[in-house]
Parts: sequence; structure tokens; C-alpha cells
Amino acid sequence: MTDLTRLTAADLAAELSAGRVSSVEATQAHLDRIAAVDGDVHAYLHVSDHALDVAADIDRRRAAGEQLGELAGVPLAIKDVLVTTDMPSTSGSKILEGFMSPYDATVVARSRAAGLVPLGKTNMDEFAMGSSTEHSAYGPTRNPWDLDRIPGGSGGGSAAAVAAFEAPLALGSDTGGSIRQPAHVTGTVGMKPTYGGVSRFGAIALASSLDQVGPVSRTVLDSALLHDVIGGHDPHDATSLTDAWPSFAAAAREGATGEVLKGLKVGVIRELPDSGFQSGVSESFRASLAAMEAAGAEIVEVSAPHFEYGVAAYYLILPAEASSNLAKFDSVRFGMRVDVPGGTVEDVMATTRDAGFGDEVKRRIILGTYALSAGYYDAYYGSAQKVRTLIQRDFDAAFAQVDVLATPSAPTTAFRLGEKVDDPLQMYLNDVTTIPVNLAGVPGISIPSGLAAEDGLPVGIQFIAPAREDARLYRVGAALETLLVDSWGAPLLDRAPRLLSSSKHGGTR
Amino acid sequence: MVSEITPELVRHLGVLARIQLSDEEVERLTGQLSVIVDNIAKVSEVATPDVPATSHPIPLQNVFRPDEVGEMLTVEQVLQNAPDAADDRFRVTAILGEEQ
Repeated sequence: MTDLTRLTAADLAAELSAGRVSSVEATQAHLDRIAAVDGDVHAYLHVSDHALDVAADIDRRRAAGEQLGELAGVPLAIKDVLVTTDMPSTSGSKILEGFMSPYDATVVARSRAAGLVPLGKTNMDEFAMGSSTEHSAYGPTRNPWDLDRIPGGSGGGSAAAVAAFEAPLALGSDTGGSIRQPAHVTGTVGMKPTYGGVSRFGAIALASSLDQVGPVSRTVLDSALLHDVIGGHDPHDATSLTDAWPSFAAAAREGATGEVLKGLKVGVIRELPDSGFQSGVSESFRASLAAMEAAGAEIVEVSAPHFEYGVAAYYLILPAEASSNLAKFDSVRFGMRVDVPGGTVEDVMATTRDAGFGDEVKRRIILGTYALSAGYYDAYYGSAQKVRTLIQRDFDAAFAQVDVLATPSAPTTAFRLGEKVDDPLQMYLNDVTTIPVNLAGVPGISIPSGLAAEDGLPVGIQFIAPAREDARLYRVGAALETLLVDSWGAPLLDRAPRLLSSSKHGGTR
Repeated sequence: MVSEITPELVRHLGVLARIQLSDEEVERLTGQLSVIVDNIAKVSEVATPDVPATSHPIPLQNVFRPDEVGEMLTVEQVLQNAPDAADDRFRVTAILGEEQ
């Protein structure tokens, strides 16, 4: 029998609907895979104890002739930033250890309604602050390509879960690159939708004007299928767009024909020169552009002069919004409480927050409190908001000339665990190509472009489209993916280590 | 702009943010924040008075719903994660210190 964990979500869905495979079999195969490799990878913080029951229910409903969604019976990993009623939700923080939400995030509720089978909650940097998962309070996730390296972050758990075949699909969240940068370093696909295109209700807020929930998968079509399930207007989220969205899966299927590349104008950004990237990253990027050009696309150089201010603006806006959002962890209504004998509620609050938050979270709360304090507000937060306008104008000018923009998804391949954890500024610079996308609210996707020659590690290419043009990214992404996989002869992940459970990092759990 | 991140300022920010920072944390954060602030202060180079601020990537206006009660949590649900509760309420330690 085929290994059900190696199938794409689309192929698994076809097997399920044809009745050749049951959801119980598919779910059991993934639980077995988790048991075999997650002791090494640590993609999951919690594995559901009733996934097989959910799967059996889907199988029963299918057998009874019920009309089910295309992904019904397919297993799903859920980033721990998304609240769930049946599993703990910690956002990678000690301060929320054991927290049980009284409601499901909208994207979780929609996934359940579509018949997806939640396998568990995936690891992440605490409150999604980080690019490596090393800031998780529960220990880092390891990159399936090299267990000594980072899986990216903040959504390293979701990316590693799909890369290690511990789930065909995962949900992520992306505030400055937390879906796309992990996709880049793990050889997977990750999509940050247009701001407001997917509900944020039930996503534990980091920076509300930047956060966006999106799909994580091994193929462009699989992300599109999941996006179709989770997207669309949600009255629970006041920033949710009321637009009617086209089928992203249809866009991906159409894109795979390659027709979209004929005459497509692809912009590359002058201010992101190859010298700013690891050589294997820029080489892979240039090779992808050449493949698109050979298939009929036109590569156009465009200018985005304010991108260089993006990281600076982001590290003012994000901490400012985060310091406000994280004020809710006050030791009163939920989460940890550290008692202070004889202390007032404020003493308890301050002591709890010191004990419950990790270093990076404290660093950003203090930075945000500084950026918002009297006397500095205009110079820092006010200026950062103006940079946001300038970056939006850069995008507007670029999209007047081209259909999509392309960048490498991150400056380097996966770095070693521990390499940057003590140097916050270096860690922040990982997101130089992804941050402008969040500041402007436009959609961005990262797909595998190959392996870097010097270290054999995965590289991703990011495509960016105007706001509301998410379908264009699925078309273009699927077109390049088809070209590349044809040229490789097999998906990139076929070249990743098999992760048999005898590795040096010890046995299985 | 010259940033002057001092240990006293960091300690004060900790008070504002309700985080009881240890002396060791204050010292470490002072050094790290100085480096970070020096790098992010460059936003003021291009933030000229003629540029409007953007607070939200895709502006929306007048997002209302009908003013009707619905989708309420029960008291049990609201209190299920509380560190301490009594009589259907959250329970906390003293609000005021002795000197107040």
C-alpha cells in the first residue's frame, strides 16, 4: 500500500472521495508518522487524542451518502496561535500553558465544517515573535532537512509538520513573514493572503494591523484548497473584507497549465540586489526567473525605494501593537498567576508577566511601550506609519508596471539553531523581503525554487500581487511549480532526509 | 535623533508595561534596545510632514452589526480559565497597598 503521508492533500482527497482510502486510515498513518519522527522534529506541541474519532465520523457520513467538502477526511495541523475548544492553545507561551478556549477560531471552525481532521497544535515562537521557533517556551522545532537547523518562524512547527510528512496541510499566521519564511527554509509552500481575506477571529493577536492567517502545504494547489475553506467574510472580525473571492483551487489548476506565464510581467526590485542574499539563494532565484522567462514571462526591473525602511517601520509598529494586545495577560481572567504574599493585584500582575513571558516577548513589549510613550510617539510610531504609506506607494507604482513582483523569500537558507538567538537585530533582518508585504496588506506566497548549491538546503521564491489578487499568486505559483517539478523530475521534498527514528537526537516519544 | 536608552528608562518602561524586570534583565535590555533603537530610528529620515500616516493596510469604514445580544459565553465558560474565581466572579488580591 502507498504511504498515505506522502500524498498531497489533493491526491489524498481524491482517494478518500473515491472510497479507496478511509479517513481513519489516513489519520492513523499521520499519527504513526508523528509518533515516529516528532521526537526529533518537535513540530507539535499537542497531538489530538480524538483525531481518529473525528475521522471515523467523516467516514460514516461519507458512507451514508452525505455530500462532503473536497478536503473532508484530510488531516490538518493547526498553529498554536489559533484557539481550539478541544485542544490547549498557548501561542507558544508559558503564560497560557493549558489554556482551553471556550470557542474555536473561525478558520478552525470552517476547517472542521469542511470535514478536515485536526491532528494537533504546532509549535511556534512565543506569541509569533521570531523567525526560528527558538523563542517557543516549549523548546525549538527542528528543520526536517537538517535537525541542527531552524525551521523558520514563527510558524516553524506548521512548516516542519508538512515538510516531515506529519500532516498534508497546516494553518499558519503571518505578521511579518511567519508563513512564508518557514516555507522558504523547509522546501514547502506558504501563503499570506490579502489583509482581511481570512478571518483573524480566534487568532491570538500579535499586531492586529499586520496579522493574517493563511495556509501551509507542500504544493500550491493544496494551499489553494485550504484557502478556499478558510477564506471569506467573517462578521466576527471587523477587519474582514466583504469581497466575494474566486476559487483559489481553480486558479491553481488553471495556473498549472503554464498559460499564465505567456506575457506575464514579473517585477524584480532594484533595491534588493543579489549582493544582499546568500549566493545559493540568489542563484536559485535567478534560475526560477530564467525558467519563467523561457516560458514566456517578461522580467522587468522596478524600483521600491522605501523597502529599505520596512524592517525599521515594522519593529516600531509591531511592538507598539503587541504591547497593547499583550496587556490582556494580566493574571486575572486567564493564564498564569504567580502569587506574591501580601502583594497587590499590580504586584501579582507584574511578577506574573515577568515569569510568564520569555525574553523576546519582554523585549518587544518594552520596545513598544517606549515607541508609544509621550515625547517619542511622533518620532517613532508616527514616522513608522508614514513609512507604511511610502511602501504602499512603492507597491502601487510597481504594480502599474508589472503583474506580480518576485523576490527571494529570505536572505539565507536555514541557519543553525542558536546561531542568531542572542542577536535580536540579526534575527529581525531575516524578514527583509517579507515585511513590506504585511505593511502594505498585499498577498504574498513562497514556493520552493530549489536547493542552494553551497549547502543543499531549500530556497523559496516569493511572489507578491496587488491587494485582493490572491488568485493571481496561485496561478503564477502553480505555473512555476509545474515547470520546476518537471525539471527536477520529482518534488523537492523527495530529496529531504527520511527521518527514520534512529537519529542522534534520540528516539521517539 | 539620538536615542538614550538608560537602565532607569528601561526600569520605568517595565513599570508602565507591568513587567517586574530583574536588575540583570534591565541591564541586558538596555544594551539590546540601544542597538535596536539606533537601527529603527531611520524611519524619521523619510517621514516628512507631507506624507500621511497609514494605520491600517486596507481602510474600512463604519463596520457595524445590528445591536442585538447574541453568541454569549456562559459564566462557566468565562471563568473556566481564571486563576481564581468565587461567586461567579474573578478573584484577585488586594487592589490597594497598605500605604494607600
